[in-house]
Formats: sequence, structure tokens, C-alpha cells
Amino acid sequence: MRMFAALWGYRGFIFESVKREFQSQYTNAMLGAVWTIIKPLSMIVVYTVIFSQIMKAKLPGVDSKFAYSIYLCAGVLTWGLFTETVSRLQNVFLEQANLLKKISFPRMSLPVIVVTNALVNFAIIFSLFTLFLVFSGYFPGVVYLGIIPVLVIQTLFTVGLGVTLGVLNVFFRDVGQFFTVALQFWFWLTPVVYPINILPAKVQSALQYNPMTILITSYQQILVSGQWPAWHSLWPVAVVAILLCLWGLRLFRQHAGEMVDEL
Amino acid sequence: MGSITVAGLGKAYKQYASRWARLAEWLIPFSKQRHTYKWVLQDISFAIQPGEAVGIVGINGAGKSTLLKMITGTTQPTSGSVQVHGRLAALLELGMGFHPDFTGRQNAIMSGQLLGMTAQEVEQLMPEIEAFAEIGDYIDQPVRVYSSGMQMRLAFSVATAKRPDILIVDEALSVGDSYFQHKSFERIRAFGELGTTLLIVSHDKNSIQSICNRAILLDAGRLSMEGPPDAVMDYYNALLAERGNSTVRRTVNDQGKVQTISGTGEATIEDIGIFNEQGDRLEVVNVGQTIKLIVDVLAKQDLPELVLGYVIKDRLGQAVYGTNTHHLNDKLEQIDAGTRLSYRFTFPANLGVGSYSVSVALHTADTHISQNYEWRDLAVVFNVVNVDKSNFVGVTWLPPQMECKR
Repeated sequence: MRMFAALWGYRGFIFESVKREFQSQYTNAMLGAVWTIIKPLSMIVVYTVIFSQIMKAKLPGVDSKFAYSIYLCAGVLTWGLFTETVSRLQNVFLEQANLLKKISFPRMSLPVIVVTNALVNFAIIFSLFTLFLVFSGYFPGVVYLGIIPVLVIQTLFTVGLGVTLGVLNVFFRDVGQFFTVALQFWFWLTPVVYPINILPAKVQSALQYNPMTILITSYQQILVSGQWPAWHSLWPVAVVAILLCLWGLRLFRQHAGEMVDEL
Repeated sequence: MGSITVAGLGKAYKQYASRWARLAEWLIPFSKQRHTYKWVLQDISFAIQPGEAVGIVGINGAGKSTLLKMITGTTQPTSGSVQVHGRLAALLELGMGFHPDFTGRQNAIMSGQLLGMTAQEVEQLMPEIEAFAEIGDYIDQPVRVYSSGMQMRLAFSVATAKRPDILIVDEALSVGDSYFQHKSFERIRAFGELGTTLLIVSHDKNSIQSICNRAILLDAGRLSMEGPPDAVMDYYNALLAERGNSTVRRTVNDQGKVQTISGTGEATIEDIGIFNEQGDRLEVVNVGQTIKLIVDVLAKQDLPELVLGYVIKDRLGQAVYGTNTHHLNDKLEQIDAGTRLSYRFTFPANLGVGSYSVSVALHTADTHISQNYEWRDLAVVFNVVNVDKSNFVGVTWLPPQMECKR
């Protein structure tokens, strides 16, 4: 609790840092914030062209011009939020070593800044995507609100994982390298660019143990099929996310002091 | 408000044989300890009352910075505890968290927040910060175009914008040019007078002695002395001299020329010091001040002849002035064993600002070559400061009478 109180005391600093980071990302780039959009957009274009045009992939049951693009957006954007946050969290303590070593401030504010910053970037691109949905007539209606709980679970899961990796990475630099590699495999083990039902049934059920599969398919279900996510499958993910958060927090509290010595 | 209590404080760094050993210790439950502790600070206890000004001295690696970091809370102690009451500000690392692409004003707000102020507070203090930093229009320029001195000025101004209950200063007195150094030092001193508790780490004897009312000496991670600043500084200097001489001795012995303390020992110097006219021992001397070099000598054996010589050397070891009692036509003859002699040399310290040492020698005839009873290098070290004279450079003070005709 003391930690959260300290964080609250530094909310001004956190807010200012998020603003600053956002500005510094774009102040020296001529296209500015446009880059936030160009990056995932190019990825979506590449996958749309390769999968829907060249490989003629079709979504079973859905047969429309934009269906695959929307399917891709739902997965790529949210997966992008996940990877951006985790990869930055795992390096945040190393990157801010100087600050941690020299100044006394609530250290938890660093991950908070990273997560907030990633969420802001996500909010920008996702609202553009939502606008596109509204104007193209594919807006799923009230079901859209189902994104909020899924996003909350995803954020908890990401923070838990990211902070755990971030702390471990200070002591064992292999963790960061390993996770970068693991993320490649994780991406293809999650139905982001392909529909899960093109896989053999055995693999499909195995993929259900991947929390990201459940999260990403929930988004896809909401945005492509216009259906509420399968809540019963989300519960275990929520539990895992919370446990991971507690574990990450515990690890952080245990080793925060040692971490400064190690940096 | 403004007190610090340190009890049984110790800091050790864990050392593992390898990264694998750490992994094993983390992963295997109830496993044996696989690390050893490397203690850098042990058994430090002291209390600082509100309003006190305490100096911390010690050679490099004595643990000063680690101690300060534990007091500010950046590093956690391995044993013992630190209790701090009151708002603490530390001038340990100035300009931390400055982002080169943002303006001085934006960075000031940011680093103020990092120090625990709110944005509104910093904005209210902004006019004062600007006025104190004296960087003019640069305040609205990105920090990347600042000189390092300007960055320091801004950082110092922000860090000291609000008077804290406790101020911790680590060598930060050397911020920017000498003008700003004086200005920042004045501000620290003013804070002290207003009741801020000061904790200062410095190698600069002058600043410790002029501002602190107590000093703590750390040696090899332990508190080796605590007391009045001059006593602690003397002891510290002795420690330094000891270290310095032992290295000098090694290098010199190869050449077999001069030893730091050498001589046959028939006569010895019991005490040597520089005093003012009132008889107080001095370490800091004003330019042109009349000072007395007093040397107490004990003859251990019957001596046919005794000459005392001294040389004042600058910090580079260059002789500035030297003479002896032979040249002063005052050599003594036929001295009985056990005789105590006290020499006094009174002269104006017409020396430039800087650090000087005095070497003394007891010998016969006009040099110490024929018979050298005792020779001491660095017998006294003192600093010359310019308190009331106009500014000048060099090792001597040669005040001119100026005339200008047109």
C-alpha cells in the first residue's frame, strides 16, 4: 500500500514523463505522431496482401471485403500493444540505471510510465481503427464494450510478465535475449494473422493454454463476428494475470534494493 | 525536523562465484548461501541534530558516497538503519533526468518533480530559479545547446529552489565557474543559517572548516573519528600524509637520494606548526598575514653545532623560499643532550593562493649534506587564501604601487 501511496505522490512526475516521452518520440521526426500509425498499418498491409490475396485465406463463416483486414487489425494492434509493453518493461530498469542509482524516487513509477505510454499509443491507433469501423459500417455496436475487460486482463498479464522479466533481466541479461527470441515463436503460436480453425484440432486445443490466444481471439470475436467474448475462457486468464502481477510485484519488492547494487 | 539518525549501518555487496551460482540460489529452495559479502561500510553510527552542519571526509573509496546514498534512500543498507526526519534534498548528481531535446524550463519542472515537488510549486519558484541560474534567454532553449556549466547552474538552482530541512552536498560545491561556485556556496551557507541541517562531503578543507561544526572521518568503511572539524581534518591530513609519504618513500629509495623523514637522529623535531600572532595554530592563512613558523627541537645527544633550515614549497614541490639559521647567522654550538629549543620564524605570508608545505631539516654547517640530524618533508601543510586583497595570480604576493599618467 505504501508503494501505491508513493506512486500517487509522484503522479505529476509520471504524467509529465509520459507526456515527455510521447513528445520526444515525435518532436524530431517530421511526420511526428503519424509514425505511430504507419508502423502497424504497414504490418497490416503486408499481412493482408500475403494472406488474403496471395495465399487466398478466407475467414470461415465471414465473407466480406474487409473481414480479413478487420480480423488482422484486431489481432495485430492488440498483439502490438502486448509486445511493445513487455519488451520495454523488460529493459526499463536497465535503461534507467542512472536514475535508479542516483536519485531516490518510487521505482515503480518507471514501469507505470512505460505502460501508460504504450496504452496512449495504443489508444491513438485503436481509435483510428474504431473510426474506420464506424465509417465502413462494421462497427459491432454495444458488443464493442466487451473490449474493455479483455484489455484490462491483457494489461494485467502484460504488467505481471513485463515486471518479472524486467527484474530478472537486471540479474541475468540472458532473460532479455531469450524473451526476444521467444516472442517470435509466441507470435506464430497465437492466432494473430491466421484463423485458429485452420489448424488441426489437436493443435487448436493445445493453443488454448496460451493466454494470448484467448485474449486475441476475444478481440477478434468482438470486432469481426460482433459477438461477446467467451467469458468462461477468460476467467482462467484473468487469474493467471493477477497471479503473475502479484509474483512480479513480490519479485520486485524482494530485489529492488539488490537491483540498484547490480546496475 | 531535519535530523538524521544512523545506527549500526553497514553495506555489503553480494558477490557470487558466477551467474550460475546466483541462479542456483534463486531457483533451488532452501539451498545453502552461494554468495559472499563484500563489506564497503560497517558499524556506522551517528546522530545529526536539526540545524547542525556536519562534514564527511575520507579518502576515495572510504565509503562516503555509499553512506550518502543510504541516507538519501537510493541504496538499501545491508545492516542497521537510517532514520531521516524532514524533507531531504541531495546535491549528489546534478542534472539527472535532464532531457536534451526539452527546454530548460521544461527540464526544470521535470527534475523538480523528480525531487518530489509538484509542477505548480516548481512553476511558482520558476522566477527565482531563473534569477539564480542567470542563464538568461537560454531558459527557453533546448538543454542540448547548453554548456555543461549552464546545465549545472540550472540543475543547482532547481535542486535548491526550496529550502529543505536537510541538504546533502557531495562535492557539488564545484558547480560551474568560480563566480557560481561562490554563489552556490553562499546559498548553502544561508540555508544552514536558516536552520537547514547540512551534510557535506568534500575534500576541500576550507569549505568543511568554514561551514561545518562537526566532522566525521571515514576510513576503509568504518567511522574512524568524529569531532570538531579542525581536529578531524588534522587527523585526516595525517592519514593522507602517511599514505603520501609511504609512496614517496618507495619511489625515492630507488634513487637513494632523499627520504621523507631521514637523518641520524641526534636531534629531532618534536613539534612544528604555523601560528598567527595570537598563537593559534593555522591551516588557512590569508595573503600577507603575519605568521609564525614555530619549530620545537629536542637534542637527544650532545651536539657540537646545530642549524635549522626550512623551505616553503608550493603544491608542485617547487621551493618558494628557504633559509637556515646558518645563513641567518644564528647557528648554535655546544648543545647538551636533553636541551629543548623552540625556534620562531615570523614573516608575512606574501604568498599566492594555493597549498604550501614546509620542509624542515636539522643539520650542521650551511647544508644538510655533511651532517643531517633530521629531515622532514611535508612537515606542515597550509593553505593560502585571498580574503581581502584584490585578485592576483602566482605564488607570491608582490603588491605594486600603481600610477598611471596621461
